[in-house]
Amino acid sequence: MMNNGFWSMGGYGRYVWPCFAFAFLVLGWNLWSARRHLDAARLRARRELQMAGIDP
Amino acid sequence: MWTWFYKLASPPYVYGVAAALVPWALGGAALALCYGLIAGLAIAPPDYQQGEAFRMIYVHVPSALLSLTVYTVMAAASAVALIWRIKVGHAVASAAAPIGASFTILALFTGSLWGRPMWGTYWAWDPRLTSELILLFLYVGVMSLRSAFEDPSRGDRAAALLATVGIVNVPIVHFSVVWWNSLHQGATIVKLGAPSMPGSMLWPLLSMWLGFMLFFAAVLCIRLQGEVLNRERQSTWVRQAVKS
Repeated sequence: MMNNGFWSMGGYGRYVWPCFAFAFLVLGWNLWSARRHLDAARLRARRELQMAGIDP
Repeated sequence: MWTWFYKLASPPYVYGVAAALVPWALGGAALALCYGLIAGLAIAPPDYQQGEAFRMIYVHVPSALLSLTVYTVMAAASAVALIWRIKVGHAVASAAAPIGASFTILALFTGSLWGRPMWGTYWAWDPRLTSELILLFLYVGVMSLRSAFEDPSRGDRAAALLATVGIVNVPIVHFSVVWWNSLHQGATIVKLGAPSMPGSMLWPLLSMWLGFMLFFAAVLCIRLQGEVLNRERQSTWVRQAVKS
């Protein structure tokens, strides 16, 4: 299956592969930004507790 | 009977449940996406009319369905927050909005790529495409409105109101291909009656759909933890949560 026919997708490869590539980009961005959002919230909460004199 | 509902109003409970769900949802999503990709790209036969181009369905349909599902979740959470004044509802709506917007962009982008070889154009002011674009504007509007107020609670209420009213667009997107003349094909899976695909094409699609849904659940849970921490950082339970 892993031959030129598979990659060319019957001549539609230039439409099919960017579709899947962009999908993985969106999945990757979602995971990265969600982790970043949570880490930033944890850091912010920790800093505010330290500023209030409470060691978390 | 309503105990579970009241428990969901408790930020520490929601934070704990969300943290526990993430690995299961991500693991399930990885399995479903792997099967869907292999079966959809390498095993499913080409379509008798569209040939290999039909394989774009395996990302286009799940992303389009997810764009509507996420909006429904966001609107339901907003309505709960407005009616019962449950603050976690605002946190869920805020966490869901960027995820929904990204999957709406994906649905529009993949639809555009699919439209070029099938319709001869990347874009047409077709009812389905236009209503999906309005859905993206609604997501952007909800996110902008939330951050437009100095007082976060006013921003939450304004965004919740727009999200709740905007739910009217969800059935319009879904039924646009029935109500108006459209270039876009009719429903394939979500319709009355049997799906209009053979099993060899349908199972990979259902698997990709499940994978996208579980992925959404996972990223929503991660974002929701961040939202809850941001909103509850003055609470004593947060001290324990940020230790880990």
